[in-house]
Amino acid sequence: MKIGEHDWHLDPLGKHIWRGRMEAGQLLALAREVKEEGGQLIALWGSDNRHLGRGFAIHATLLTSAGLAWVTCALPDDAPAYPDLAHIFPQAGRMQRATFDLLGITATDAVDDRKWLRHTAWAEDEFPLRKDFSPRAALGSPPPNDAYPFIRVEGDGVHEIAVGPIHAGTIEPGHFRFSVIGERVLRLEQRLGYTHKGTEKRFEGMDPDTGAKLAGRVSGDTHIAYAWAYCMAVETATDSQVPDRAVWLRALFLEIERIANHLGDLGYLGNDVALAFGFMQFWRLKEDWLRLTAKLFGHRYLFDRIVPGGVAVDIGDGGRAELAAEADRLEAEVHSLKAIYDDHATLQDRFTNTGVCKPDLAARLGLTGLAGRASAQAWDARAQFPQAPYDQLDVSMATQRRGDVLARAEVRFSEIHESLRLIRDLLARLPAGDIHVPLKPVRDVCEGLGWVEGWRGEVLVAVRIGADGRLDRVHPHDPSWQNWPLLEIGILGNIVPDFPLINKSFNLSYSGADL
Amino acid sequence: MSTGILLQLAQTLLAILLAPLLMGWVNQCRAWLQGRSAPPITQPYRTLKKLFHKDAVIAHNASPLFRFAPYMIFACMALAAGIVPTIANDLPFSPAADVIALVGIFALARVFLALAAMDIGTSFGTLGARREMLVSFLAEPALLMVFFTASLISQSTELPVIVDTLAHQEFAIYPSLAFAAVAFWMISVAENARIPVDNPSTHLELTMIHEAMILEYSARHLALIEWAVALKLFTYSALGIALFLPWGIAVQGDLAALPLALLAMVAKLLLGGAVLAFIETISAKVRLFRAPEFLGTAFLLAVLGMLIHFLLEV
Repeated sequence: MKIGEHDWHLDPLGKHIWRGRMEAGQLLALAREVKEEGGQLIALWGSDNRHLGRGFAIHATLLTSAGLAWVTCALPDDAPAYPDLAHIFPQAGRMQRATFDLLGITATDAVDDRKWLRHTAWAEDEFPLRKDFSPRAALGSPPPNDAYPFIRVEGDGVHEIAVGPIHAGTIEPGHFRFSVIGERVLRLEQRLGYTHKGTEKRFEGMDPDTGAKLAGRVSGDTHIAYAWAYCMAVETATDSQVPDRAVWLRALFLEIERIANHLGDLGYLGNDVALAFGFMQFWRLKEDWLRLTAKLFGHRYLFDRIVPGGVAVDIGDGGRAELAAEADRLEAEVHSLKAIYDDHATLQDRFTNTGVCKPDLAARLGLTGLAGRASAQAWDARAQFPQAPYDQLDVSMATQRRGDVLARAEVRFSEIHESLRLIRDLLARLPAGDIHVPLKPVRDVCEGLGWVEGWRGEVLVAVRIGADGRLDRVHPHDPSWQNWPLLEIGILGNIVPDFPLINKSFNLSYSGADL
Repeated sequence: MSTGILLQLAQTLLAILLAPLLMGWVNQCRAWLQGRSAPPITQPYRTLKKLFHKDAVIAHNASPLFRFAPYMIFACMALAAGIVPTIANDLPFSPAADVIALVGIFALARVFLALAAMDIGTSFGTLGARREMLVSFLAEPALLMVFFTASLISQSTELPVIVDTLAHQEFAIYPSLAFAAVAFWMISVAENARIPVDNPSTHLELTMIHEAMILEYSARHLALIEWAVALKLFTYSALGIALFLPWGIAVQGDLAALPLALLAMVAKLLLGGAVLAFIETISAKVRLFRAPEFLGTAFLLAVLGMLIHFLLEV
């Protein structure tokens, strides 16, 4: 595959997905060429391959004009290091820091080498994702200091507001350090990692079926996207062919999940400007939607309905009619609620020009997914690099240019309508046949990558299965990795009381990025 | 005189006891308007009971001021409730405190609340206190202007005289009072931390004004503050009714008129609460820096009321 001037010798791994290996030194040149043609870095992670006799490795996935390129560089056993990518793709910064915390693989010459995921659970010289890490030993050692060097803003009248990790509402934990003058925010720095659960470590040694359950729980609100991406990776690795009907049902589930989340977010956005009416109405619609989902498929959030080899639940003719009818009803209700939001002067005033991420900045920092599309980053894996069945659905992408809270709300509205259209289309053209086939047995070490456009943005799951047929290394990647830093930028120049609204308009995952 | 003192006591007690009921009513109306099933109207009493039964958690570095402030705030609001004529006019307390003193009593409570909020030194307390001061320093002059407009008609700043003039003299239309009433409504919304200036039911610390100041309070202290908040809403409602809808209030010594006055008061409070809930339901909270515009408008309307009095009514 050619990117820029050079052929990087990448081989197809799946539809629109390419796989290659190179020297660590070449990584920088590849990153530069991808950047030059307008691509982005999506994910960066490491792995301990010493048990395979291959030292350590650093993996990167890059969005290029030909699809997704997954490249791996082998690193030595002793002092593994690779060149810093954050000066080309700033979004790589936190991923590099997390990679060091988990595996001890260093990005040389990185500007920011502070810890990221590590709090007090393990010491600085311990690396939990290394195969020789002993959790018991880590438990026994005294907890290290949790001090974290925040970047201070100095000067007359500047003071800091520390928020979280414990909040007044039942939301995920994260720490936000504001430097403010009066109400104006001069700087925001996030400190995450409070929900680090060792998910990646937990995958090791699991059988692929159990792994699907864990993958779906990386971030509960994105269950379907994770489960699908994981299954896609496992199916690619084992070279298993999933029946058509199962793939179409997966897409149906994904769109159901997208609608449920968008409805919830639109309600929250109303609630954050104290328009409780909007909150109640959108959540009523979401509740109806979830109840119907539970009735048709046995679970409100469709947990464990996607399994390696297909899906676990089918839909009958009665269910299809019911879902289509509900989609029609929902469409009309969302339409009238949008009219109320559109006509509400105070709400529009709060949404407009709040938390602006300008398109050029969004491009430079790699803003992705829903928030990216609200800042003119026209990437949607369902539209540009569609996996089956999206290649037959002709998804129309919703984009906005303003990059403010209103733009992010507008994208959600458009995507609800598009997803409802897709659901009707999927139901009408659902192919007949089986919904599940057993996976082919594993004979040797094999790997695969899943790439699914979840409601928040692209979800990636990379899987390596050992020769014994058990999971050896699984890396789930959440779009929140790229988008969290943009929130720090989006708040600049805004006032403190607008932060919750801006935060909610992104609605990023803590669990998905803390792992 | 002794009946006066009895009446005074009864009225103050009534205000203290019934204030949470008004809060419960407003919450009920809000729930209905949002399409939810409502909590019982007695929910605020249950919350108070729950809070009084809890053990207070107090920061190690809290000064005595922090413990003392809730009692002070409650006392201020109880006193204010005693000054404002609710069912009977011309109470023994009233000559001692006119509307200017009333504004002072509200300010005193606020100063203690803000000091207590800053006492522990958490960022939210200070943030809330700062915002509260921003809102109140704009609201107070506007409130005074409203009172001045009303007092120009009756030539007195004593509430009983104002109410007596408006309720029991021959009926006349005062355009100035219409402006003052709108201004008073806007000020009440801001002073009582309601939408669109503040959101009493939010859990987002960074957006709070009033709630941010009381985040560190718990148990009996919080109960007293919550009760004082209910009392404040009740007092403002009673004040608005006394100034702009005074008809039905009992004159001095007319004990027979009391039952009717009580009925009229309850009906007016129910109506006022429902209107408050309705406006809150259709409004969103304005951006913090629009609050000064909101209160500036209130001030302007109050001043306009006064000018109109001189133009049309003298």
